[in-house]
Amino acid sequence: MLHFDLHYQRGEFTLSAKAEIGEGVTALVGPSGAGKSTLLALLAGLLAPQVGTLRFGQQLLIDTAGKIQVPAWQRHFGLVFQDGQLFPHLSVRDNLLYGWHRRPAEQHRFTLQQVLALLEIGPLQSRRPAQLSGGERQRVALGRALLYSPRLLLLDEPLASLDERLKQQILPFLKRVKDETRLPMLYVSHLRAEVDYLADRVMVIEQGRLQP
Amino acid sequence: MALTPEEWQALQLSARVAACATLLCLPLGIALAWLMARRQFPGKFLVDALVQLPMVLPPVVPGYLLLLLLGTQGPIGGWLQAQFGIVLAFTWKGAVIASAVMAFPLMVQPVRLAFRQIDVRLEQAASTLGASPWRVFFSISLPLALPGVLAGALLCFSRSLGEFGATMAFVGNIPGETRTLPLAIYSFTHVPGGEAAAMRLSLLSIALAVAALLVSHFITRRAERLLGRSEGQVPRAAL
Repeated sequence: MLHFDLHYQRGEFTLSAKAEIGEGVTALVGPSGAGKSTLLALLAGLLAPQVGTLRFGQQLLIDTAGKIQVPAWQRHFGLVFQDGQLFPHLSVRDNLLYGWHRRPAEQHRFTLQQVLALLEIGPLQSRRPAQLSGGERQRVALGRALLYSPRLLLLDEPLASLDERLKQQILPFLKRVKDETRLPMLYVSHLRAEVDYLADRVMVIEQGRLQP
Repeated sequence: MALTPEEWQALQLSARVAACATLLCLPLGIALAWLMARRQFPGKFLVDALVQLPMVLPPVVPGYLLLLLLGTQGPIGGWLQAQFGIVLAFTWKGAVIASAVMAFPLMVQPVRLAFRQIDVRLEQAASTLGASPWRVFFSISLPLALPGVLAGALLCFSRSLGEFGATMAFVGNIPGETRTLPLAIYSFTHVPGGEAAAMRLSLLSIALAVAALLVSHFITRRAERLLGRSEGQVPRAAL
């Protein structure tokens, strides 16, 4: 489904990653500084590789030889950052609906009500991000990405800032998303338990090299 | 404190010139501030220096250069007059241009700071949610920079109210056309018995400046609360 062969260099750091990702959850594990977040940024379109190709299905998203570089906003990939990155000037509800409005109605996979219920964030709707706890923020960020109905979901340690109880709530939800939508996910984590529970396969990245 | 018709005229003209100069500076200032905060381009240093130049030059110099360029004999001024019948020299429109040039750096600086304060990852998050660069700008960057934009607009307005040197050099001191508050004060100090009027207008200028600072302070506070940030995290724009 997702094929990539990407080479990226910045300063001393180089990243080479070649793989194919299918349906279900692919875990991306490796020590910090190995290039996990860089790889996600390249896939999402927030960074551009010096050399490489990226294909989703039949669609070519990056081809440095042919000078193709589809911008992030046209890739329809969702990305959940480690720290949520909610828009501080918008209410929780407007944050959730930000990407939802960008997609045609027939491509919506979830309704606002479903996401509110699943992530238990209904009562927070009218609040501002500054009034949320870390766990609440992260759930809203997850809901926002899901409501965008992406065709690939990139998750950069989305549960890292949550306590154990919330993790145990959200993990089954992510599993349900995976089982019900077959939405391909690339899940960065350093916790063995999370990976074992959620992932269908594991890719290891070390010192900028991806080992499938 | 009753004002004579002549003094009212100066006050109204000042307000109109300052408002028009601010409206002129807003879109240009926001666009330039964004470019300076978010983009690298060749000659950026020169653009920066050129924008800041009116701050460090004697105001008469930009005024004189405006007269050379935009005067009816000047290359741009002559063309404007021939093509569109627009005359800037010695009109209130020219006073707007002079004020805008002098106040522009005060608009750009706080807006630029405000853009720089915005976490780039918020803009990236918006783009990964399908927002085009224009939409990111109007739905994320600009609203988050709003305190800076308002502070810049107020500084620009206040600076325009006080513009003297460039206005004098470019459009002169014509009652009812280009005689703004500072020029009226200057004129009153040069006529016998004008001290009372000069003092009245001086006090008025002080009141206006204090009011502008208070409004700016209030707006910044409100914006900070709205964004849920604590005091001091939003640049207070040199106030």
